[in-house]
Amino acid sequence: MMWRASGFRAWLLQRVSAVYMAVYILLFMLHLAFDAPDSYQEWRAWMMLPFIAVASFVFFAMLLTHAWIGLRDVIIDYVHPVGIRFVLLALVAGGLLMLGVWVLRILLMGVS
Amino acid sequence: MMTDKKNRPVFLDLRRIRLPVVAVLSIAHRITGVAMCLAIPFIIYLLGLSLRDAQGYAQALAILDNPIIRVLAVFLSWALSHHFLAGIRFLLIDMEIGVEPDAARRSARLVNAAGLIVPVLLAVVWL
Repeated sequence: MMWRASGFRAWLLQRVSAVYMAVYILLFMLHLAFDAPDSYQEWRAWMMLPFIAVASFVFFAMLLTHAWIGLRDVIIDYVHPVGIRFVLLALVAGGLLMLGVWVLRILLMGVS
Repeated sequence: MMTDKKNRPVFLDLRRIRLPVVAVLSIAHRITGVAMCLAIPFIIYLLGLSLRDAQGYAQALAILDNPIIRVLAVFLSWALSHHFLAGIRFLLIDMEIGVEPDAARRSARLVNAAGLIVPVLLAVVWL
């Protein structure tokens, strides 16, 4: 099945991802405020806890999805020639997918 | 009655036209969103670098200490707090809270102002 983020689904996804990111960012900042890591070992040990690594990867997946829907709306609003619009949308989609693979390798495969 | 384009009234008194505060919020929401998108690759780069090894971690901290990066980080802290607060305002409006024009203008003014708190504090203690 073709999965397209358009209409109601995009609207809902934008809000679900926003709420997840808001909660993640607040908790991450609380952690930095009250229990900031003060060495590489401590930082890595915390980020690589399975729960934190997965929650952080989900954060980036939500961020990239949110960015796609937002950038797509901006491009469609301001870029009218169909050819340029298509190229821009393709570049953004490809770029965001590559960022997703990059962060997946860092957080879930330990490659950095 | 038809009026041709040349004869339409023009109102361009720059001292009296104001971009409505709700429009300022909306445009700022877009600009901050696009700006933060541009920052994503650098955030992921820093994350990877900081997790690689002890040298990478020190390098990432050194990058964050660079004066130009600090200025960019303060700008990004404005982008995030404005986008965050304006987003909460949009969610409340979706739930039909604060839809009336007066309430919408008041909340827009509040968001535009409150979005400045974190970056100003950060600029004061960190720049």
